[in-house]
Amino acid sequence: MGLEGQLTGTFVGTRLSDALNWARKYSLFQYPFVTACCGMEFMATACSHYDISRFGAEIPRFSPRQADLLFVVGTVSHKLAPVLRKVYDQMCDPKWVVAFGACASSGGFYDNYCTVQGIDTIIPVDVYIPGCPPRPEQVLDALMMLQEKIQAEPLEKQA
Amino acid sequence: MSKHVLERLQARFADQVEETHSNQGDDTAYVKRDKLVELLTFLRDDAELAFNLPVDLTVVDWYQKREPRFEVVYHLYSTTKKHRVRLKVRVDEDDARVPSSFPVWPGFDWFEREAWDLYGVRFEGHPNHTRIMMWEGFEGHPLRKDYPINKRQPLTTLLGEQK
Amino acid sequence: MSEILIETEGGDLDSAPMNLQMGPSHPAMHGTIKMRVKLDGEIVQKTQVEVGYLHRGFEKSCESVTWSQVMPYTDRLNYVSPLCNNVGYCMAVEKLIGVRATERCEYIRIIMAESSRICDHLTCVGASAMELGGFTAFLYAIEAREELWRLTETVTGARLTHSYCRIGGLKDDLPVDFLPNYRVVEKKARSLVADIRALLDRNRIFLDRMKDVGSMTAERALQWGFTGPVLRSTGSDYDVRKASPYMLYDRFDFEVPVGTKGDNYDRYLVRMEEIEQSFRIIDQCLKQMKPGPVNLEDGRLLLPPKDEVYGSIEGTIAHFKIIMDGIQVPPGEVYSYSEAGNGELGFYLVSTGEGRPYKCRVRPPCWSLMQGLHELLEGYQIADIVPTFGSVNMIGGECDR
Repeated sequence: MGLEGQLTGTFVGTRLSDALNWARKYSLFQYPFVTACCGMEFMATACSHYDISRFGAEIPRFSPRQADLLFVVGTVSHKLAPVLRKVYDQMCDPKWVVAFGACASSGGFYDNYCTVQGIDTIIPVDVYIPGCPPRPEQVLDALMMLQEKIQAEPLEKQA
Repeated sequence: MSKHVLERLQARFADQVEETHSNQGDDTAYVKRDKLVELLTFLRDDAELAFNLPVDLTVVDWYQKREPRFEVVYHLYSTTKKHRVRLKVRVDEDDARVPSSFPVWPGFDWFEREAWDLYGVRFEGHPNHTRIMMWEGFEGHPLRKDYPINKRQPLTTLLGEQK
Repeated sequence: MSEILIETEGGDLDSAPMNLQMGPSHPAMHGTIKMRVKLDGEIVQKTQVEVGYLHRGFEKSCESVTWSQVMPYTDRLNYVSPLCNNVGYCMAVEKLIGVRATERCEYIRIIMAESSRICDHLTCVGASAMELGGFTAFLYAIEAREELWRLTETVTGARLTHSYCRIGGLKDDLPVDFLPNYRVVEKKARSLVADIRALLDRNRIFLDRMKDVGSMTAERALQWGFTGPVLRSTGSDYDVRKASPYMLYDRFDFEVPVGTKGDNYDRYLVRMEEIEQSFRIIDQCLKQMKPGPVNLEDGRLLLPPKDEVYGSIEGTIAHFKIIMDGIQVPPGEVYSYSEAGNGELGFYLVSTGEGRPYKCRVRPPCWSLMQGLHELLEGYQIADIVPTFGSVNMIGGECDR
């Protein structure tokens, strides 16, 4: 472990960690992995009325190398699961995952042969947003929850 | 609905049409599969019938309820004459194949692939006879009545399972 | 430094076609479509479109629930215009049972279906414009859609997945203040649509990208099974509302916009004109509607009122039977069709007399459009894939079901 290891627990370390986390949480570059109906509410959240841009998370980056927040929006089928896994693996640390909607969280009411029953069976998830589809206010609430989680990340985790 | 579509079809292909009905106003004809392509070509080219729009193709699985097991259902429409017809071809489980309608209209291309993928009915002469909804390597035909709804075949390792 | 350029035979560089995979997770692939493209420089030689990444088992799920419980599944088919699907499904089941909804119910269904169609076209046009770089048009379109969604929320209770229709009626009548609310929303939406047209109709960049790109003749489009705005842009005037009027569409005075060349620009114009025609239809509905019941007086189809359910044994039992066993639909089969946002939406239902569908097949308009999509793309440039695919308006939930 490098410099971060020696700074853990010190005054400089905690101030540094706070500053880094503050920068990260207010400049999330999202990767919208949009599949289904939740995509409509995602569009609505990103547009002028509900405006996700005031949280700093407006810019979609369609390359996993450049994104740090993976929004899995909508149902993931078993045919699509390897693609999701690949996209997640290609993202660089630090990265977070939000399961947007009931289908991404648990499979929704599609309990059948082709739907993944929750993306947390494939990739680790940080925040789950219930709803079918969730209202934009819920999405913004989830984003704020994620921001609190990011702010609380200690320095040694980021090493 | 006017019955003249069914009458004209029966007049021309009397030996191929098994029975007809017009329940709920939908003209339906049960036909044999032997001269299916010729029959569909007639429906398309005849001046009075002029079925130019292929609407739908699907399969009904009468598992343990009726023999033969599968019914391949075609829906056709004519934009000029404004009439519709439904054709049904009955096939057995052991011999579930039907000539492809691709030479007549390309518009049943993916419908036939879907029927093969989900029901297991072969369409002979189809240029790209592969699965479309599920992946190559999926075992079984999910929409058959004997395929359990919850039988999943995951393509990736699930977290918590180690290979 | 004397021989930098090497002369090859024929004077041209050796080149081989490149295979490129676009999707399934791609910004331009609305949802999840994979396209394998064979490129000769910038020109698309061959395309192979692969779907099925959003297959959610609609048919299989519908076979395991009751007739009324299918309603939320139909919402999620074409999720940009969910009420068109609700209305289509209810019409199909009512045709199979042999009943017809009340007049007021049909007027309300038409109003909601047309407002859903407007939302569908707005989303399509907005997303197309955004992909060409016209972000403002997208924001205006989504703002207009928000207004309509807010109105729909007062009527149905939900912004997107409404499940508003019931077999034999509706969830509820329109709220008492619907008409003044609608007038406010209509004014705002109409002005936003006018702004979008002012931004795009004669925009040099938009015209250059969309005109003469992705053309098809009407005859070829019919052979592929195309319906809806894509077919009408090629010159064929097939619209289910005019060709085989269902519900009360024969009472309204509206036009069907028809294009000439079948290119992207014609598809855009057809959609914008259809928005205007939908507003016209809603206006006429509101003028012609009279007060009356919205649900059929049929105890076999609809849940009894709550005071009967809690107050009488018959009401309780009727409620229990309809919820647990489902509506008893007589055995038979039916194919019912309506004009959804993308074309002819058909429902082929097979019943064996039980409370659950034996088969609930959807004829998705997008499926036919997608199988013929490669013909719209081949021969054009790779950058033309984006506007052409956008103008076809593929909706994953409907295409893959």
